[in-house]
Amino acid sequence: MFAYYLDLGLRSLKRSPGLTALMVLTLAFGVAASMTAWSVFRAVSGDPIPWKSSQLYVPQIDMWGPQAQDSNPDSDKGPPDALDYNDAVALMRDHRAKLQSAIYQIGPAVVPADAARHPINTDGHAVFSEFFPMVDAPFQYGSGWTAADDEHRAPVAVIGSKLNAKVFDGGNSVGKTINVDGRDYRVVGVLDDWNPQPRFFDVVNTGGFASEGEGLFLPFNTAIAAGISNNGNTNCNAVPDAGFEGLQRSSCVWIAYMAQLDDTAAATAYRNYLEGFARTRYPDWAPNVRLRSLPEWLDHEHVVPSDTKVSLLIALGLLLVCLVNTAGLLLAKFLRRSPEIGVRRALGAPRAAIYAQFLTEGATIGVAGGVLGLVLTGVGVASVGLVLPRDIANLARLDVSLLFTTLIVAVLAAVLAALYPTFRAARVQPAWQLKSN
Amino acid sequence: MQIQPILAALRKHKIPAFLIVLEIALACAVLCNAVFMIGQRIGEMRVPNAIDEAGIGYISVRGTDPNLANADIPRDLDALRQIPGVTASAAFNMIPLGGSGWNTDVGTSPENLLSKDSPNVAQYMFTQQGPEALNLRLLQGRSFSGEEYAASTLGDDFMPTAHVVLVTRSLAERLWPGESALGKRIWIGKQTNYTVVGVVADVLRPNQNGLGAAGFHWSLFLPVSPNKGMGAYLVRSAPQDRERVLRAAVQKIESLSPAAVVKGRLFSDIRDKFFANTRSMVWMLVLVCVVMLAVTAFGIVGLTSFWVGQRRRQIGIRRAVGATRGHILQYFQTENFLLSSAGVAIGMILAFGINLYLMQHYQMTRMPWVYLPASAIALWLLGQLAVLAPALRAANVPPVVATRSV
Repeated sequence: MFAYYLDLGLRSLKRSPGLTALMVLTLAFGVAASMTAWSVFRAVSGDPIPWKSSQLYVPQIDMWGPQAQDSNPDSDKGPPDALDYNDAVALMRDHRAKLQSAIYQIGPAVVPADAARHPINTDGHAVFSEFFPMVDAPFQYGSGWTAADDEHRAPVAVIGSKLNAKVFDGGNSVGKTINVDGRDYRVVGVLDDWNPQPRFFDVVNTGGFASEGEGLFLPFNTAIAAGISNNGNTNCNAVPDAGFEGLQRSSCVWIAYMAQLDDTAAATAYRNYLEGFARTRYPDWAPNVRLRSLPEWLDHEHVVPSDTKVSLLIALGLLLVCLVNTAGLLLAKFLRRSPEIGVRRALGAPRAAIYAQFLTEGATIGVAGGVLGLVLTGVGVASVGLVLPRDIANLARLDVSLLFTTLIVAVLAAVLAALYPTFRAARVQPAWQLKSN
Repeated sequence: MQIQPILAALRKHKIPAFLIVLEIALACAVLCNAVFMIGQRIGEMRVPNAIDEAGIGYISVRGTDPNLANADIPRDLDALRQIPGVTASAAFNMIPLGGSGWNTDVGTSPENLLSKDSPNVAQYMFTQQGPEALNLRLLQGRSFSGEEYAASTLGDDFMPTAHVVLVTRSLAERLWPGESALGKRIWIGKQTNYTVVGVVADVLRPNQNGLGAAGFHWSLFLPVSPNKGMGAYLVRSAPQDRERVLRAAVQKIESLSPAAVVKGRLFSDIRDKFFANTRSMVWMLVLVCVVMLAVTAFGIVGLTSFWVGQRRRQIGIRRAVGATRGHILQYFQTENFLLSSAGVAIGMILAFGINLYLMQHYQMTRMPWVYLPASAIALWLLGQLAVLAPALRAANVPPVVATRSV
C-alpha cells in the first residue's frame, strides 16, 4: 500500500512542479539556515569534556574580604575568579580531592637545538602531575610526570604535537631535551592533537577559546622555581612587591584551580573543607567560598556569550517560519484536491487511507526538502570559514548527529505541516464533492 | 477600491488567510529582533577610538634580556625611526584591542581606592613619542614633556616614578563628573599618585575586562623612560606605507636582537581579530534574515497562487461584467495589504514581547521603537512584491472563463 501511496504522491507532485519546488526549497532553506546557525552556536557553546564535566569543579575563595567586594559595582559578592599563590599551594598541600591541580599560564620561548632556527614562542601551562589524568589529556608518546617530579621540582616537560613537530620534526621525542627560556627540560610525554574548546581549565586567561593547541606543560613547582612568570591575567587589590617573587607573596589572583570530585557527596565534603579552609586562613570575615562544577563555571564566566543563546533562539524562529510556510503551501495543494478525495471516499476508501496517502505525500516532500537541506547545510557549514574566524569555523563541523537531526527535523516538519491539511482533506464529504462536479 | 467584498471573500478562506497573517507576524517578530541585534553588534564594532587606526603597526618583542632593556629600547627606536615613512615610534606596554592588558583600580583619594568610586582602568605606558605614535587627540591641558619621560622609571613594582598622567575624557567624566580633571590627582595604590596634566579623546582598552561597554573607554597614559616591561613597539606611518613599514620594522628588530621572538601586526588586523566573533554573529544573523524574508515571500507567492487558481471562475465573471485588469490586480494587492497589516500588527506586538522576554533572561537592552515600523514597512513591501506575480496572472484570466461551463 505504501508503494502505491508513494506513487500517487509522486504523481501529484509532478502535476504541479512549481509549487512542489517551492515547498521543497522553503523547507530546505529553513532547515539549512537554522542547522548551519545551530552548528556554529553549538560549536561555541559546546561542552569540551562532556563525559566528565560534571565531576570537575572550580573552587573559589575570597581572600580580599568583603570590603574589596563592595568596591566592584557589578560584583555578585562572589570571590575572585582565580586564586593567589599561597591559597593555591595550600589547597594543593591539603590534597582533599581525588585529583587536582593548580594551573597558571606560561608563555616562554623555546630555543631549538638547531642554532639556525629562530626561537619559538609557545603558549602553555604550568600544572601538577594530576592535571593530565584529570582532564583526560591524550598522549601520543610517553605520559605525564609523577607526583615525585612535582615534589622534587624535576626539570621535565610535556609538549604538544605541534611543538614536537617544530622542535624535533615529530616522532617519539620522549627522553629528548628541550630548552625553555635558557634551561633544559627532559621531555616525558608528547600530547596528541589536543585543543579542547572552550579551554575549560583556564577560562579566565584564554577567554575560553584558543585557536592553537597547547604547546608546553611544565611542572608547577619547577616553573615557579625557574621563575617562569605568569603570562595570563593578574588581578590585585593591593600593589604587590617587586618581581615574580613579590607576586607569589601577594594576594593578587592569577592561578586557576581545578579539582575532580566523583560524586555529590565528595563535592559537599569538599565544599565544607573549603569553608573551614577559608575560616582558618581569613578569620576576619565570614568564609565566602564557591565550588562550581565545570558547566556552572563556564556559564558563570560567560564563556558562552548570552547573544549566542539569543541567536540560537533566532535560528529556531527561522525554522518555525519555514514550517508555517511549508504548512501553508501544503494546505494550498491539498485543499485543491477535494474532488479527488471525494472520488476516493465514494469508492470506499476509509479516512485512515486518506491520512496515509496524504501524510506519505507530506513525508515525501519532507525527505526531498531534508536531503536538499542537508546538501545546503553541508555547503553552509563548509563556507562558514569564509565569514567566521578560523578558530570558530574549525569547530563548526557537519557531524553525523547533525546530519541525522537535519533529516529528522525536515521529515517531522513536513509531516506536521501535512497534518492539518490532511485533517481538512479527510473531512471532505464525498457526496458533496461528487455532486458539485 | 471597496474593502467589503475582499473581507467577505477572506471570511470564506479563513485558514489560508490565517496562515498568511501568521507567516507575516512571525517574520515580523523575528526580523525586528534580529535586525535589532545586528544593529547592536555593528554599534559595538563602531565605538569611537581616537587613535590613528589606519597608520599604526604593532611589533611585539619577547625573549630579550630585561636587564638590557634600557639600552636595547633606545637602539631599537633609533633604528625604527630611520625607516623611511615612519612618522613616530615609541615603546609601549600594550595596545588598544590587543586582548590582554594591564588593568588597575584607581581612586581620587587613597581612601576611596577600595570603595565603589574606584573604577578599574587600563594603564597604558609609553616612551617619548608615544602620543604621536598613537595620534592621541589632546582635548585639554598638555602632553608630557621630555623631562617627564626621562625622569620616570619603572620600579620593581612596575609603577612608573612619574608624577603626571593623561586620562581619556570618559575616565575624567567618571572620576570627576562635571568638573575639570586638570590638576586633580589619581591614586593607584595607597602610596602612588599622579597629577592629571591633560585630557585626551576616548581611546579603547585592550579588552573590556568584564566591565562591558561602559568602561571600554576608561584608559590612562603614563610616561616612562626605556625600561623593562615595555614589550612592544608602535610605528606610525601614512596608511599606504604601513605594510612596507611594518615588514621593515620587524626585519630591523629581528636583526638587532636575533634571540628574540618578534611579531608584527597591523592595527587594522588587531581590530579585526578583536571583533571577529561579533562580526561572525552579524553574518549569521544577516543570513537568517535573508533566508527568512525569502521564505516568507515564497509562502505568500504559493498561497496567493493557490487562491488565484481557485477563483479563476469568479475572476472571469468579474471580468465579464466589466472589471478591468487593473481592478483585478488591485483586488489582490489590497487583499495582500490587509493581510499584511494584520500580520504586521500582531508581529509588532510579538516582537515587543520577545524583546521583553530577552531583556529578562538574556541581558538584552530595550529595542528602540523605530525598529517596529521599519520592519513593518519592510514586510508590507515584501508582501506587495510577492503578490505581484500571482496577481498579474489573475489579471490575465480572460472573461471567457466565466461562460465556459464545467
